[in-house]
Amino acid sequence: MTHTAPVTDWATDFDVLDPQYVADPFSIWDDLRRTCPVAHTNRRKSSWLPTRYEDVTAIAHDIEHFSSLKIAVIPGDEDEDPNADFDGPDLQYGLPPISSDPPLHTWTRRLLLPWFSHKRVDGYVPLTRDLCTKLLDGFADSGHADAAADYAQQIPVRVIAHILGVSPDLSDTFTGWVRDVLEFADDAERRQRGAEGLLNYFVGQLEERRANPGDDLLSELLTTKVDGAPVDDGIVLGMAALALIAGVDTTWSAIGSSLWHLATHPEDRKRLVAEPELMPTAIEELLRAYSPVTMAREVTEDVIYAGCPMKAGDKVLMNFPAANRDPEAFEHPEVVQLDRAHNRHVAFGSGIHRCAGSNLARMELQVALEEWLARIPDFSLAEGAEVTWAGGQVRGPRICPVVF
Amino acid sequence: MKLRVDPDKCQGHARCYGLAPEIFDVDDYGLASVIVDEVPPELEEKARLAVANCPEYAIEIISG
Repeated sequence: MTHTAPVTDWATDFDVLDPQYVADPFSIWDDLRRTCPVAHTNRRKSSWLPTRYEDVTAIAHDIEHFSSLKIAVIPGDEDEDPNADFDGPDLQYGLPPISSDPPLHTWTRRLLLPWFSHKRVDGYVPLTRDLCTKLLDGFADSGHADAAADYAQQIPVRVIAHILGVSPDLSDTFTGWVRDVLEFADDAERRQRGAEGLLNYFVGQLEERRANPGDDLLSELLTTKVDGAPVDDGIVLGMAALALIAGVDTTWSAIGSSLWHLATHPEDRKRLVAEPELMPTAIEELLRAYSPVTMAREVTEDVIYAGCPMKAGDKVLMNFPAANRDPEAFEHPEVVQLDRAHNRHVAFGSGIHRCAGSNLARMELQVALEEWLARIPDFSLAEGAEVTWAGGQVRGPRICPVVF
Repeated sequence: MKLRVDPDKCQGHARCYGLAPEIFDVDDYGLASVIVDEVPPELEEKARLAVANCPEYAIEIISG
C-alpha cells in the first residue's frame, strides 16, 4: 500500500485515493473546473485529471493521442516491470476491447456486443427480477439491511456469472477478486492475488469449455472464428476476465449509490414510488449524478492539450463523473432532478469505448430499484450509520445501513 | 419531421431507442437507425428528446 500525504493542492498534486476525494469528489471537481480544469499530479506517475465535459469527451474521441492500452486509474503491474512473482498467465493483449486500440479493439468489441444487445438483455430480465426478489426475501421483514452489501453487491455478479456460464455459487469469490484488482489496486500484493485468482480460474474454465462447449459467452469465444482463424487463447482469456471485472463493481456501485440517494432524499424516494413511469428518466439522472466509473488513457506522443504539456507515457484520467457535473453541460448539475429531460450524460463513456455492457447495467439498475421500492417503499439511513465509499477507478458505497 | 442517425457518430448508447422505440431501432452491435420515413406529429416531442439526449450528437433533424 502506498501511503501518501494528504493533498493540499488539488491542481498540481491531486490523489484520487485521498480520503477527501473518495468521500466528496464533487466539491473538488467544482473548484478545479473554475481554477484549473485539467489538474496534474506526479503521485504514482505523471497523470492529468480533466473535469470539464468538453475536455473529457474531446479526449475520449482523440484515440490517436490518447491510447487505451493502459486504462488503470491506479497504475499497477501494467506500468511496472513484470512482477517476477506473478503466478498467472501472461495477458499479452490485456483485457480487450477495453484495453486496446483499433484494430484489435474493433473486432473483439464486435464479438462481445451482441451478448449485451437490447434484445439479449431483455432476456436476462426474469433472472434479474427473480434474484432481486430472493435477496429481498432475506431481509425485507427484518426492518434493516445493508443496501450495499446485502443487495446491490449481490446482483450484477450473479447476472454476469450466468452470461459467462460460470457458477453463481462462487459470486463472493468473484467479488473478492474484482475488488482486489480494482479497489485495492494500490496494494500490490492484493492486486496480484486478485489477478492470479481470477485468471487462473478462467484458464480452468476455458479448458472445461473446450471439452464441453455450452451456449454461454466463454464457449462462443472459444469456438468463433475471425477471418477464418480461431481467437488467440490470450485474447479469449482477457475478454472473459474483462466481462467479469467490468460487470461486477460498476453496476453494483450504481445500484448502491442510487439506493443511498433515495435513503437520504425522501422527496425523491416518495416521488419515484408515486410515479413509477418516471423510472427510465430517473435512472439516467442517477447515472449522471453518481457515475461510478473513471477510466484512464495513455498519452501516445507529446501533445499540448488545453494548455497542458502532456508527455508521451503520461496518464489522463477520464473523469466521466466530473464531466457529468459540469454546469456548462447541465443546468444545476449539483441537483438530482429525477425528471431531467435533457441529459447527455457520459456515465458509460464517450466515443468508441462506450461501455459495451451499458444496456445490461441500465436493466440491472432499473430492476433492482423497482423491486426494492415495490417491497420497501419507505426506508432511510440507519441512525448513526457510517456509510463507507470505495473510490479510484469505481466509486460507490460499500457499507450503507438502512432501516425501514 | 425527418430524422437521420449519423452512423459514424453513433456509438450505441441506445438513448434514442430507450426514449422513442417507435422512431428508432438499434442493431445487435448498438448502431441506431431511424425506422420511420416521417415522424408523426404526435411523436415529434419524443424525437426532439432523443436528439437532445444523444451523448454523441449523432441524431440530426433533416427537415421539419
